[in-house]
Amino acid sequence: MSLQVENLRVYYQTLRGDVKALDGATFTIEDREIMGLAGESGCGKTTLGHSLIRLTAPLRYVEGRVILDGAELPIADMARMDEFRMKRISIIPQYAMNALNPTRKIGTMTQELIRSRRMEAETSPEELRRRLDLVRLPHDVLNMYPIELSGGMKQRMVMVLSTLLNPSLLIADEITSALDVATQKAVAEMLVEFRDRGIVKSMIVITHDVSILYQVADSILVMYAGQLAEKASTETIIRSPRHPYTKMLVSSLPTVGVRYAEHKLAGIPGTTPLLLDPPQGCRFRDRCPVAFRKCVEVPPFLELAKGHWVACWKEFGSHA
Amino acid sequence: MRRYFGRKFLIYGLTFLLAVTIDWLIPRFMPGDPIANMLSRAALNADAAQVLYTYYTHAFRLDLPIWQQYLNFWNALFHGDLGISTYLFPTPVVRVLLRAVPYDIALLLPAILLSWLAGNRFGAFAARTKWLDNTVLPLGYILTATPYMWLGILLAWVLGIVLGLFPIAGAYSFDLSPHLSWRFLSDVVWHWFLPFASLFLVQFGGWAIGMRNMIIYELEADYSHYLEALGSPRRLVRNYAFRNALLPQLSGLALQLGVIVAGALVTEVVFSYPGIGYLLLSAIQNQDYFLVQGCFLFIIIGVLVANFAIDIVYVLVDPRTRKGMTGEKA
Amino acid sequence: MKTAKGSEFLFFALRNPKLRVGLTVVLFFLGLSLIGPLLTHNAPFDYVNPAGADPPSSEYWFGTTTFGQDVFAQFVEGLRATFLVGWIGGGLGTLIGVIVGFTAGYRGGLVDEALNMLTNIVLVIPTLAVLLIITAYLEVRGVLIESIFIGLTAWPWTARAIRAQTFSLRSREFVDLARLSGMKSSKIVFTEIAPNMMSYLLLAFILQFGGATLIAATLDFIGLGPTTGISLGLMMNNAVLWGALYLGMWWWFVPPGLAITTIVGALYVTNVGLDEVFNPKLREM
Repeated sequence: MSLQVENLRVYYQTLRGDVKALDGATFTIEDREIMGLAGESGCGKTTLGHSLIRLTAPLRYVEGRVILDGAELPIADMARMDEFRMKRISIIPQYAMNALNPTRKIGTMTQELIRSRRMEAETSPEELRRRLDLVRLPHDVLNMYPIELSGGMKQRMVMVLSTLLNPSLLIADEITSALDVATQKAVAEMLVEFRDRGIVKSMIVITHDVSILYQVADSILVMYAGQLAEKASTETIIRSPRHPYTKMLVSSLPTVGVRYAEHKLAGIPGTTPLLLDPPQGCRFRDRCPVAFRKCVEVPPFLELAKGHWVACWKEFGSHA
Repeated sequence: MRRYFGRKFLIYGLTFLLAVTIDWLIPRFMPGDPIANMLSRAALNADAAQVLYTYYTHAFRLDLPIWQQYLNFWNALFHGDLGISTYLFPTPVVRVLLRAVPYDIALLLPAILLSWLAGNRFGAFAARTKWLDNTVLPLGYILTATPYMWLGILLAWVLGIVLGLFPIAGAYSFDLSPHLSWRFLSDVVWHWFLPFASLFLVQFGGWAIGMRNMIIYELEADYSHYLEALGSPRRLVRNYAFRNALLPQLSGLALQLGVIVAGALVTEVVFSYPGIGYLLLSAIQNQDYFLVQGCFLFIIIGVLVANFAIDIVYVLVDPRTRKGMTGEKA
Repeated sequence: MKTAKGSEFLFFALRNPKLRVGLTVVLFFLGLSLIGPLLTHNAPFDYVNPAGADPPSSEYWFGTTTFGQDVFAQFVEGLRATFLVGWIGGGLGTLIGVIVGFTAGYRGGLVDEALNMLTNIVLVIPTLAVLLIITAYLEVRGVLIESIFIGLTAWPWTARAIRAQTFSLRSREFVDLARLSGMKSSKIVFTEIAPNMMSYLLLAFILQFGGATLIAATLDFIGLGPTTGISLGLMMNNAVLWGALYLGMWWWFVPPGLAITTIVGALYVTNVGLDEVFNPKLREM
């Protein structure tokens, strides 16, 4: 599987104008790569995730291309995207706990979904049961209503459903946010197992919790205020980040065992800009400790080392 | 589920108690004296009137102390004895009412069911496309804002008088008497149509609007978005939204019953249709104690039974009530 | 922050087409009811036309009744009665509904259970039947009494809506915060909760107004409305009673019913428009 995103721009329509939530994203994902997508709330990561699979009002497609496995995804066309959904690209949404129809038995709903998509040949009841075993759900859930399941169980059911047709690319949107730490670990491990067994080829794991990504992701893409900041392997991002934002993000993570008296928690001073009328150029420059005059131009997302992309004028300077 | 029905029974029980008490109280405060009224029509001389007055007062047990009258009322109720009508003397009230009930059922049952089903379908249609929405919505608002009696009057005038297509008074033609034949049945239907239509149309508007709003709400729900993200055809998403939107419409129906009964009452007046509503009005105008009581009681029982029926249907249709997870329902 | 909210509200309010249309229609009829009687020198019950029933003409804009009474004069006078019942009956219904609903929602527990049961009972009983019988007791009835009785029976809808809203507001963080900071209960109610309820109160009142108007028209039509004066429902009653249907005197029964339909319809539309203004999610893009 391969994913190429070229200069994707997607805005939110509001009565006061367009919120420039995703403003020029260009990156690639390789086969078998689990890419984490990290950033603060409002940085555009969920927008990016949703744009790839369900781009509809209030989202508005502005420009850009998405190419999955060599075929261009018609992301702006809701109807034509149906061919790709669930089969080539799928999503485990942020609202997974509410994603199941409350008045339908889960098994019945699954059956109706498969039948309506005319995908009976591609999946069988045995396969469904094998998947349930994989996420450690009893086969009985198919006879239950969503209301009879706990939040965690519902989420795992959604994981099964979303991956039932073996999509090339799976987008997991904040799937650990509402869980306790132990369950988070279990879910994260399940995700990796999906990839390892070949059920999905690659993944985008969207989260604001960098520590989860450290556990499961091969690479991490850091976003800030609708722009891409840095993409590199997980090790590189954590150990030797180059973008000022990434550096501050990583260093603001609390370390286990270190006490407040020894090392005060440092946040990043300032707040994210409103994207209705964002600042020109690099959107981090108002909070950036090393910003200089070139930063009023948007820095391009360049590959400074093998597999390491950064969008920062300061870094280009030192590289050159 | 036991809790659900437990609460319902408590409410129905209390309502019945309250209603019967109100029912019993009403005639005690009616202006005028029904026995004197009744006797005045018999045109007797003063002495005979006095004797009969005492006789009837005793027969109707109005000379007993209040609390005993109350208990007697309950007693009589359970024996199916609602007294004797003074307006239609000497027919027992129960028989008068039972004569009227079929006409009400014939009017209300189809009107409620059909308007609910059709209104919901139409409301769902309206939510599909913009141009449908722009036509159905204003129509729905106009219909639901129309007072029942005015629509009845309009239909009577346009279809009855001006176009002469339907009769506008009574349940059947005056020259016929009830008997089983095609001629009689078709005559009944012919008289039934206009009152039915006016009840149907007003309710239809209300349901259409309600359903349209509910469907839009359901289409914006997380499960709808998830289905879309999984590439479901529109048909499936709409189907699920429709089924889920029906549930609040069902409880809404239970809440509307009081309003619908009022509408039927007034429609019967417009068309002189001999249902319980029409009877109630005549009873009030003629100061017939017992008939008023009886009508009111029948109406209450009817509404409670209908409510209960809807509650049962609701439990069958919404799995959440069966699994005991809902606290508050209509 | 409050002024920003206020002017934002006005901005959307004035731009919302449903609100504009609905409000305009209602205000038009309100104006008609106020100045209408001044436009004609005929009193509603004067026998002004010796020829009896006449269709609309330049002299009698809405024609005359069987007895030669000016229908237009009756119409504008009836409008006044309609609006009066709407205000008083609707207002009383809203008031009771708010008190019951809010107390139930805010207090919770046993109080809530009891009030909820009361609400459900009043909801189930077909109130028109009760109203019929009550108004039949009274030998002499006025618009005021009619409105009061309507208000006393129509409140359950509002009570339910307000109760639901109170529940959701009560558990919101800003109320907890106020309580934690030691604010007195009554102060919390007035400064934190009340402003958020204002919109619901307005919506509830509009619906109650419309409902009261319809119920009053129905009562009047049956002949159990006010014993003196004229109202739109009474006009329709008279029309039917005196055979206007058979005589084709459409000018007698069409205007009153049309007015009620239009006013109530406009109120519903205004309601929807207001709802859109208050709930940004409903606003069309």
